[in-house]
Amino acid sequence: MNVAVNHPNSYRNKIHPKKFALWTACISISMMFAAFSSAYIVRMAQGNWLEFPLPNWFYVSTATIILSSLTLHGSYWAFKKMKTGLYRALMLMSFVLGCLFIYFQYLGYHEMTAMGAHLTANPSSSFIFVISWVHIAHLVGGLGVLIVAMLHAFMLEHKVTPARKLRFELTYTYWHFVDILWIYLLLFFILQQQS
Amino acid sequence: MANVAVPTHEDDILIQELGYDDHFHEHHDEDKYQSGFIGKYIFSMDHKIIAKQFLITGMFWAIIGALMSLVFRLQLGFPEEDMAWLKPILGQWITVNADGIGALDPQFYYALVTMHGTILVFFVLTAGLSGTFSNLLIPLQLGARDMASPMLNMFSYWFFFLSGMIMFFSLFLSTGPFSGGWTAYPPLSALPQASTGSGAGMTLWTLSLVFFVVSVLLGGINYITTVLNLRTKGMSLWRMPLTIWAFFVTAILGLLSFPVLVSAFLLMMCDRGLGTSFYLSEIFIGGEALDHVGGSPVLYQHLFWFLGHPEVYIIILPAMGLVSEVLAVHARKPIFGYKAMVYSILAIGFLAFIVWAHHMFMSGVNPFISNFFVVFTLIIAVPSAVKVFNWITTLYGGNVRFTSACLFGIGFVSLFISGGLTGIFLGNSAIDIQMHDTYFVVAHFHIVMGIAAFFGMFAGIYNWFPKMYGRFMNETLGKIHFWGTMIGAYAIFWPMHYLGMAGVPRRYYRFDSFDTFSHFSTMNQFITVAAIIVFAIQVLFVINFFYSIWYGKKMTTRNPWGANTLEWTTPINAGHGNWPGNIPSVHRWSYDYGKDGKEFIPQHYPMQEGETEVH
Repeated sequence: MNVAVNHPNSYRNKIHPKKFALWTACISISMMFAAFSSAYIVRMAQGNWLEFPLPNWFYVSTATIILSSLTLHGSYWAFKKMKTGLYRALMLMSFVLGCLFIYFQYLGYHEMTAMGAHLTANPSSSFIFVISWVHIAHLVGGLGVLIVAMLHAFMLEHKVTPARKLRFELTYTYWHFVDILWIYLLLFFILQQQS
Repeated sequence: MANVAVPTHEDDILIQELGYDDHFHEHHDEDKYQSGFIGKYIFSMDHKIIAKQFLITGMFWAIIGALMSLVFRLQLGFPEEDMAWLKPILGQWITVNADGIGALDPQFYYALVTMHGTILVFFVLTAGLSGTFSNLLIPLQLGARDMASPMLNMFSYWFFFLSGMIMFFSLFLSTGPFSGGWTAYPPLSALPQASTGSGAGMTLWTLSLVFFVVSVLLGGINYITTVLNLRTKGMSLWRMPLTIWAFFVTAILGLLSFPVLVSAFLLMMCDRGLGTSFYLSEIFIGGEALDHVGGSPVLYQHLFWFLGHPEVYIIILPAMGLVSEVLAVHARKPIFGYKAMVYSILAIGFLAFIVWAHHMFMSGVNPFISNFFVVFTLIIAVPSAVKVFNWITTLYGGNVRFTSACLFGIGFVSLFISGGLTGIFLGNSAIDIQMHDTYFVVAHFHIVMGIAAFFGMFAGIYNWFPKMYGRFMNETLGKIHFWGTMIGAYAIFWPMHYLGMAGVPRRYYRFDSFDTFSHFSTMNQFITVAAIIVFAIQVLFVINFFYSIWYGKKMTTRNPWGANTLEWTTPINAGHGNWPGNIPSVHRWSYDYGKDGKEFIPQHYPMQEGETEVH
């Protein structure tokens, strides 16, 4: 199927083309959020901007997603060290933590609504809702990738082959990316609120 | 299998001896996706087939978009004439009065203008141009078996197809397709009740374009990855043909700017569907105040043009790349100033991101900020002029073969100069006060990025048609096509400059009801007649294209133009994987024409003893 890259000799660069393609995709996704960030700043500068504290649940969700990145990396380590049980358990944990992140974001939305900063209250709250939704949409893509990784972890015999290593590396690269993306967004919101 | 048999062709022998062995043949039989009609021609992963899919889909859309322009040109040229004869086609959009005189519905006029812009900019000149030639040439000219991910490449086409289906469907809505202009400025786009087309038409328009962006991004990721990772042995970046440089920078532009458009659309969708107020503020419709407070329509314009401006380079850079290659090949001379060409592509790519507000001089942007954008806009003239100079000097003193491809290349340079010069007027925010939203703008962008990009595309099609189909297009028809289009395009757009300078505004339904503009009626009639003739000539091209696929003169040699690039070393009807045996390795740049007394020396020819590299 993949005539171009399946054979190890058909490329000679240090980075695998698929990994490179993933990084390129991450840059592209980042541009979306760069656009949101600049729209946020431009709109804020125009005044009529409702101020409110960020919901506390957002901090809980942030801790959750950081933890899920760590567990996924631990799972990769266990995968390479042939510790099958740990590899599977940590992988599952990452997935569950990812789902929990979405749930905590949802609780955060409730918290925002309760304090009057609901979706249509003011562009300041609308932005937070929409930007975090789009982030969740990208995280859901990551969960899909994790499901595939779990199918591999639980259904295939545990073997460390270059192809499976690559697949795992692609998985955690994207997962870390959505993690860092959220940390960036949270910091962005905090800094903008303080400015 | 050719690599088992003893190679007899000179190129094959050379590639076999000096080429790069990637053990391709060991995998060839396993290419299960190439078996059967559906796998080979429909859900194909072969970049060559995907290129043809993009091209033919682009041609389909070009015909639709051009027909739309004919309808609104009829309206502008002959506003009093009876349009009832179009009723069987346009149905409710032609209203027939008591005297039996049919008139084009004004609402539909705006829909036609909007769709013409959207279709031509995105479906034809982005997907049809960049999609076709990036797919065809990147792997072939770089010496790669296929794209980095043939699967994503296939998805790229099918997302484009899906996007096209949705847009096509929107044309048949009872409320009509979106009619607020291809830029989709709020509030017309953000309020479903703003006009009939702003309802379902706009919803489908947005949905279609989001899928389109997905297509562009999947393609772009592939193009960039392939260029940086899958070049054959010896193909350093400085040996790449200018086509590849252009496609590469185009893909980077798309990758960085299209996501911003999606962000803008998402905020718009929330305004439309969820009641947020990103772009809407203090609006009254039908005497009733809406809930939306605190939004900024200019914010949308910023986000839109952050894509919109790079988009015009996404359209024109591939054309520039194709023309550079075609002119060098047909002038039998190395491209003049290769590195300057590359640096100017990069400079244009960079500047593309810092000039967007020149589309917004009259939108209430701070005049001091405008100054900044004026300066950078005018600086774009520098790399553009470098490129024009280099094309002309490439032709100068060359043994120019005036093939259809070459003629279209030369025509491109002419149009790019004409259209580029008027850009210098419009780039000045002071002059823009007079010129903005007039036919001067219409003339400018149609010449510089519409017709010019089409000429680049035609140059590419005539030149690489033999590579795509193993046959030639008819040269006589090609030349009629060129001269008719060249003269016709100027006949359409040259008069528009005068209209614009006289202040005739764009996007008006009719001018005969204004005393100020009614004396231009003969000029408008002239433009309309010219447009009809030019369209007829394009029909000739379409006939030539499809006729030649099956009945064109057969290719007997692999390299009919005597070009240096690698695509001409593949067998005439190459399969998936492009080269049957080894991949050719590269020993020189792609512009060794007339060197050391030889007419041309292809890239896979090794350096001779005592020979020095040209650059």
